[in-house]
Amino acid sequence: MAKVKLSTFAMARSGDKGDGSNVGVFVTNAKDYEVLKREVTVERVKQHFAKICFGEVTRYEAPNMFALNFLLRDSLGGGGSESLKTDAQGKTHGLGLLEMEVER
Amino acid sequence: MVFAPFDGRHDMRDKVLIGYGQGFWGDSILGPVRLVQEGPLDYLALDYLAEVTMSIMQKLKGRNPQAGYATDFVKMLERTLPTIADKGIKVLANAGGVNPQACLEAVLELARKQGIKGLKVGVIEGDDVLARVPELVASGHAMKNMDDGRPLSDVQDKLLSANAYIGAFAIADCLAAGAQIVIAGRVTDPALVGGPMIHEFGWSPTDYDKLAGATVAGHIAECGAQCTGGNYTNWREVRDFVRIGYPVIEASPDGTFVVTKHDGTGGLVSRNTVVSQLLYEMGDPQNYLGPDCSADFTSAKIEEIGKDRVRVSGVKGKAPTPTYKVSLSYQNGYKAVGQLTVAGPDALQKAKLCADIVWGRLALDGCTFQDHEKIVEFVGAGVTHAGILESNDPPEVVLRLGVKCGDKKKVDRFGSEMVPLVTSGPPGVTGFAGGRPKATDIVGYWPALLDKNQVKTTVRVEES
Repeated sequence: MAKVKLSTFAMARSGDKGDGSNVGVFVTNAKDYEVLKREVTVERVKQHFAKICFGEVTRYEAPNMFALNFLLRDSLGGGGSESLKTDAQGKTHGLGLLEMEVER
Repeated sequence: MVFAPFDGRHDMRDKVLIGYGQGFWGDSILGPVRLVQEGPLDYLALDYLAEVTMSIMQKLKGRNPQAGYATDFVKMLERTLPTIADKGIKVLANAGGVNPQACLEAVLELARKQGIKGLKVGVIEGDDVLARVPELVASGHAMKNMDDGRPLSDVQDKLLSANAYIGAFAIADCLAAGAQIVIAGRVTDPALVGGPMIHEFGWSPTDYDKLAGATVAGHIAECGAQCTGGNYTNWREVRDFVRIGYPVIEASPDGTFVVTKHDGTGGLVSRNTVVSQLLYEMGDPQNYLGPDCSADFTSAKIEEIGKDRVRVSGVKGKAPTPTYKVSLSYQNGYKAVGQLTVAGPDALQKAKLCADIVWGRLALDGCTFQDHEKIVEFVGAGVTHAGILESNDPPEVVLRLGVKCGDKKKVDRFGSEMVPLVTSGPPGVTGFAGGRPKATDIVGYWPALLDKNQVKTTVRVEES
């Protein structure tokens, strides 16, 4: 096992859900999906986005897509028209997650 | 040009092509223009609404009874209607906003101007419940905030719009009534894809698996080029972004479908671009709630079956909930954001000083904001990836300051204290474009639920 960035073997897409964002991250085979499920835990995601997400983090699994979906509450500075942030819709949070280092 | 007589129902077909040409309010006009020109198409679906759009449209309608719909839709038809008429393509759009009838009249007027006779344009009405909110609340429909449970009375006197998310059967009804152009208000984005499938394949409201397949197809297509190579992690795989093809769904009567794009267009359709979009704005993937069914996205089988062709099958659905989601909006104060560029050396240090100067000078003049009413961003030093990817010494940064509160005067006072930094701050401050930032409305978003039996949709068709 070696320490690598998620971006070396995973892909992601993110967007807004109210005043929070969703971050979908996926890989392309069952072996990597085991790595994803083991390494990318709710706790690690919370820690990774400590300066972005100030609410609860929820994780869902979608094995047919080798995907995990995270909901990051309170990560958009109010969301929608309320937010003053550059990324008021969390469009970049997916790429942010891919910077995470994991054991693979 | 004269349209062929249309009896509202085709012979059952085994494949229907549905293109999605407009992924959101503000998307490129080249999407629909090229979809109708560059390959075969039976239906063209277009989304013109965002959450804040309805409130803007209500304001426009308040000033002008003929306004309040997406004028971009009519501009798009100016360029495409001859081709649409010629090829017999049917068009489905939520361009009606809060005034579908005015949108219908504008489209008929355009058809007359272009000499197109017999064009049947239909509208779907009934999603707009703003005028009925007091009556609904009085009769026990609380419409509490779905996210935090607050009672609607908190904002009821500040409401700007209230629309129920209508499903695909209303679209199918309008097609069955003979419309070739269907103009809706607030229907769900995926319903624009499901409507033609229900119409063509004769599905019933309890065909939950098929309706769930249609929901998945609609979800994949609803952001236009976001499933054909746009916003894709491995962007180097994507060729010819300039001529990126917008999605075409090849729908089958059994609820399965193929995601593709027209031959010769740019972009990429692969299992990975489709999965990327399936995950977009996703909540619980096993329970994707819509007005027509609840879809299980984890049941979908997704396979590459050829170049730029991805087949989706096996989608399972359940009965929908007894409520519609209602999107309400309300006036919630004011905001202003301004930015200027600070050049290095020491760009970040100087930008931090600039921010302190602005807040300090405002305080000197008795204008202060609480922490949650302010934002300070140093764009270029690590804003979008705060805490993940940051730089302490970029060659330049864009200083971005903003405030929000209920007092419009205070917000405008903030706006006047940024430009002076160019001459009264540290050296290297430049790039202040667009003048003083002005206070703009904050539109609060209020998601709620409403019993379906309180919303009745109607369709009407008129002819040019």
